Amino acid sequence: MGETILFYIFGGLALLMVFLTVVQKNPVASALCLVLALFNLAGLYVLLMAPFVAVMQVLVYAGAIMVLFIFVIMLLKLRDQDLIDDQVTLPKLISLPLAALFIYILVKKFLTLGPLAFPPVDANFGAPKEVAGVLFSKYLIPFEITSILLLVAIIGVVLLAKKESR
Amino acid sequence: MEITVVHYLILSAAMFGLGLWGVVLRKNLLIVFMCIEIMLNAANLTFVALARYFGKVEAHVVVFFVMAVAAAEAAVGLAIVIMMYRNRQTIRTDEWKIMGG
Repeated sequence: MGETILFYIFGGLALLMVFLTVVQKNPVASALCLVLALFNLAGLYVLLMAPFVAVMQVLVYAGAIMVLFIFVIMLLKLRDQDLIDDQVTLPKLISLPLAALFIYILVKKFLTLGPLAFPPVDANFGAPKEVAGVLFSKYLIPFEITSILLLVAIIGVVLLAKKESR
Repeated sequence: MEITVVHYLILSAAMFGLGLWGVVLRKNLLIVFMCIEIMLNAANLTFVALARYFGKVEAHVVVFFVMAVAAAEAAVGLAIVIMMYRNRQTIRTDEWKIMGG
């Protein structure tokens, strides 16, 4: 019973925050709404017995990626003529039913699957120990390749963003 | 009513659709990037819900990799945005149309 209420609270808030992210004119407001949406998603992950993923979400997504977004938004000093004409006014909201149609096609397919309840799982299902057991044994090579990927990304970002030295 | 995996899949589909709508609709490049992150998070939610349904922890590892790749992609994408802004002082997607006819 409590799980149902929490699912609807977290899910509803996440959907609301995602909608606000898309329709707002000010990019800082958009970024902050997205941070709230990511926190609500982390709550959903805890409901789904994935505490490791939930903490990773808060640390990495809400804590690092969104901070990077806000840094860049502040750095760029956007003026009004960059933001003008981008506001989602009523004529643009008419395109929302098209998006809703896309969502509806997916939802209709999902609803034909019937009510699939969650089977009971072990008590420490998504605990860090379990995830680490799989991550460092079966997925060790992708893990190492991901670290090389991050190194390449760091080098690329430093080269791209550095000022031209004249 | 008990929450089934279909509830989570529908929520994930709705988030993905809203992110897709945002990518197509908005002209501010930063907001387009944020909508791409929304779509990635919707995919992550699908992975975690199905992990709980099938009882396999491998999907949590996949979510971990998706987050790492999303971080790298966001960093490089934002560096490109900074370069574009330096070049032309605008980040509207309809101002960059050199390759258009």
